[in-house]
Amino acid sequence: MRTLGGTIDGAIRPERPLASGTNGERRPAPLTFLVLLWLSLVVAFGVLVTLIVTIIIDGQGQFTGRLLSEYPASSPDRAGARPAILGSAWVIATTAIMTIPLGIAAAVHLEEFADKRNWFNRMIELNVQNLAAVPSIVYGLLALAFLSLLGVRDKNIVIGGALALSLLILPVIIIATREALRAVPTEIREGSLALGATQWQTTWRQTLPSAVPGIATGSILALSRALGEAAPLLVLGALVFVSFDPSGILSGYTTLPIQIFNWTGRPQEGFHQLAAATSVLLLGVLVLMNGLAIYIRNRFQKRW
Amino acid sequence: MIDRAGEKIESIVPHEGPGVRINARPADGFLPDEPRGILQCENVDVYYGSFRAVTGVDLKFGLHEITALIGPSGCGKSTLLRSLNRMNDLVDGARVEGRVLFDGEDIYGSKVDAIEVRRRIGMVFQKPNPFPKSIYDNIAYGPRVTGMRVDSMDDLVEEALTKAALWGEVKDKLKQSAYSLSGGQQQRLCIARTIAVKPDVILMDEPCSALDPIATVRIEDLMHELRREYTIVIVTHNMQQAARVADRTAFFTAFADEGTGDRTGVLVEFGKTTQIFEHPTDQRTEDYISGRFG
Amino acid sequence: MTTAVSAGGPATTPDRPTPHTEPASRFAGRPRYGELVIRLLLRIAAAVTVVTTVGILIALAIPSIGFFAEVPVLEFLFGTRWAPRFADASFGVVPLVTATAWTTLLALLVAVPLGLGAAIFLAEYASPRLRKVLKPILEILAGIPTVVYGFFALQFMQTTVFRDWANLPTGAFSVLAAGLVMGVMIVPTIASISEDSMSAVPQAMRQGSAALGANRMQTTLRVVFPAALSGIVAAMVLGVSRAVGETMIVAIAAGNQARLVANPLEAGQTMTGFIANAALGDSRVGSIEYDTLFAVGLLLFLITLLINFISIRFVRRFREAY
Repeated sequence: MRTLGGTIDGAIRPERPLASGTNGERRPAPLTFLVLLWLSLVVAFGVLVTLIVTIIIDGQGQFTGRLLSEYPASSPDRAGARPAILGSAWVIATTAIMTIPLGIAAAVHLEEFADKRNWFNRMIELNVQNLAAVPSIVYGLLALAFLSLLGVRDKNIVIGGALALSLLILPVIIIATREALRAVPTEIREGSLALGATQWQTTWRQTLPSAVPGIATGSILALSRALGEAAPLLVLGALVFVSFDPSGILSGYTTLPIQIFNWTGRPQEGFHQLAAATSVLLLGVLVLMNGLAIYIRNRFQKRW
Repeated sequence: MIDRAGEKIESIVPHEGPGVRINARPADGFLPDEPRGILQCENVDVYYGSFRAVTGVDLKFGLHEITALIGPSGCGKSTLLRSLNRMNDLVDGARVEGRVLFDGEDIYGSKVDAIEVRRRIGMVFQKPNPFPKSIYDNIAYGPRVTGMRVDSMDDLVEEALTKAALWGEVKDKLKQSAYSLSGGQQQRLCIARTIAVKPDVILMDEPCSALDPIATVRIEDLMHELRREYTIVIVTHNMQQAARVADRTAFFTAFADEGTGDRTGVLVEFGKTTQIFEHPTDQRTEDYISGRFG
Repeated sequence: MTTAVSAGGPATTPDRPTPHTEPASRFAGRPRYGELVIRLLLRIAAAVTVVTTVGILIALAIPSIGFFAEVPVLEFLFGTRWAPRFADASFGVVPLVTATAWTTLLALLVAVPLGLGAAIFLAEYASPRLRKVLKPILEILAGIPTVVYGFFALQFMQTTVFRDWANLPTGAFSVLAAGLVMGVMIVPTIASISEDSMSAVPQAMRQGSAALGANRMQTTLRVVFPAALSGIVAAMVLGVSRAVGETMIVAIAAGNQARLVANPLEAGQTMTGFIANAALGDSRVGSIEYDTLFAVGLLLFLITLLINFISIRFVRRFREAY
């Protein structure tokens, strides 16, 4: 057995000198590793930059006011995305109204009121995690079945699409809200409860206001996901020729992603350019929303 | 000569029974007046960005001695300790001026490999920080990553654990998670882990501050055992601990910079522990020792 | 809301009947009806999530029962010809499943190394300032709509790169283009979750490793990576379930021919691709075409459910409490 500790005789063991000229971080293995890390970053960002650049180039011929003001047409030179823009706005607004209060309420229940040992609450928690991983197209099937059950003939209506998207982003909002609530220190709740406030008063007046930035960030991110989503709406038959402005929650509609899908599938090059231009428009809106969400998080989130 | 001193030390360290606490520090007669410095600071300043945390330190850490660094919080003693094995390299903006000599060689020299420095000068941290692995793998980790040629890893693990006075308690559960151990056991595991890479110096940054008194006593006993083979530098908040374990003690304090108000640490006094505690030459040391300040 | 709370206040409180066997406590609470109503509403909101799951199960199961009354389960699961709309209709789902397996596999081949590489770089190597720039970019990239990725896969990857530049023997659509671009789509998901999980490993672990003479790579691969394993695996599983359920990229770029895919340069139809495509045609409720959608949807749902349960179990089992 080798003995440990080299200084038995008072002499330092003559082994690898400290100044060997080789640096432990500069040996071949760690260097290769670092190069690979850089490479993965460069490739990932490189592809994404390529994506953005190519759709901008493809779409540049179609960045005109017509894209915003005109209705779809059989010729790419006359077509615009006006109904899709308005349709997206209608669907997202309806979705927000339906799902944000519901998501916050569910999160408040789980985080502030639910007894974690209760099997029902544990099942809800597990269930929310599961729902977050359900493919979006399944929500389309759910809404399709639900509308069929109600006997709705034409399923391509704003409220139908909003229903599918609401259920789709509900778990996202619940998870984000719970995280925001969890970040509020227990001391704040205890301080309020010790003054004789009820649990709901504490939640409404102390915990929720402190969690607003986190909830807002999570909700905006969830809505931006809904805005870019096409699959569930496709199942509900949103891929139709819409040449009118949507007028209410029972009105027919199309949305920006659906319009992009539609134009991508046409044979004419002009429609592909329109699809690219619309993609740039959609991306612009999404970047603004996400940027706003990140700004709110960084600017308003309290550090406890 | 030194190993002779080592023998003598061994002969006076009593192998105590449970519950018996004897001050195991050797009599000063065995200590040379000047430490034989295996590790040495020459006019060391440590900066974090533009903030100077500690300045002008000249200090020798004697071979096979335990040196304690004491002083009020914010006096830079932990910062200095972390500059002795280049742990500060991991902190953005940290910078060392002056020279830190290990066996006569500047560890901040341009050709020096910081990783080899840390292998030779190990460190035990304030809070036990075992890896989320088995007890066995915690010990085997260091020899594996440093590429030590090991005949039998099992033997090495046993030896390291034995030296850290932990073998008897864990020999039947080497495959269990290190987190199954108590805090004191975890800290001894971290010491064993450090020993396993065969360092020359072990730096200890308040190794007992997260432990209960009984676990603290065990670590202190262990330090005396280890001193026969290793040079130990310990930072401690606890003056009694320094008095109990250290051969020599260095007292630090902080002064406020007139311009910026930043507090910078300085070495006030260094000497044999008995001298520092019984006949301090500096008024600030005496005030601190007698509890008038700090 | 405050009015709802004060509804339980003194003015409206009915006298509480005290049991005559016990003296009234000085702390006897007044019933707070407002509070109770609110709690009930919150509980109902939480229950909506369960209703959703049950709804999904019922919505998928009932048409599927109709479907399996006509098509034997074994024929569905193991049949190798998928032609639901032909005169000699055939309902073997294997072609759809193989296409899904291809796109998922290709996506993971791209997303796992790139995502982990980016995560390790961000968590272990990047300076705080660089990370502050890169992380939000990553988050924004995670928000690119899949329909845009689909357009990119078809127009750039398949048409420009594969056909025009590389002259690959491939038609208008390919599983390869869809799978690779899907991988890029998943990179931010895997990178972001893995990075969170590695950043959550305490600094003390890295210091302990460095103090033993390990270099950064060793610390990363042998200490941080294993310690963060549960989160990293969760990220990959989430990536898998996103790839399996992804619809728009495959609907646009993979093609619509349901056949056994042997070569990724061929076109193929995935499970999601079939649902999206079939839903375009107007299927009468109760018809076999309509029921087919839900049978495939049920299979898709069960697959993702299974993946997710494995992930949750794995995370529970290997989660480290530092």
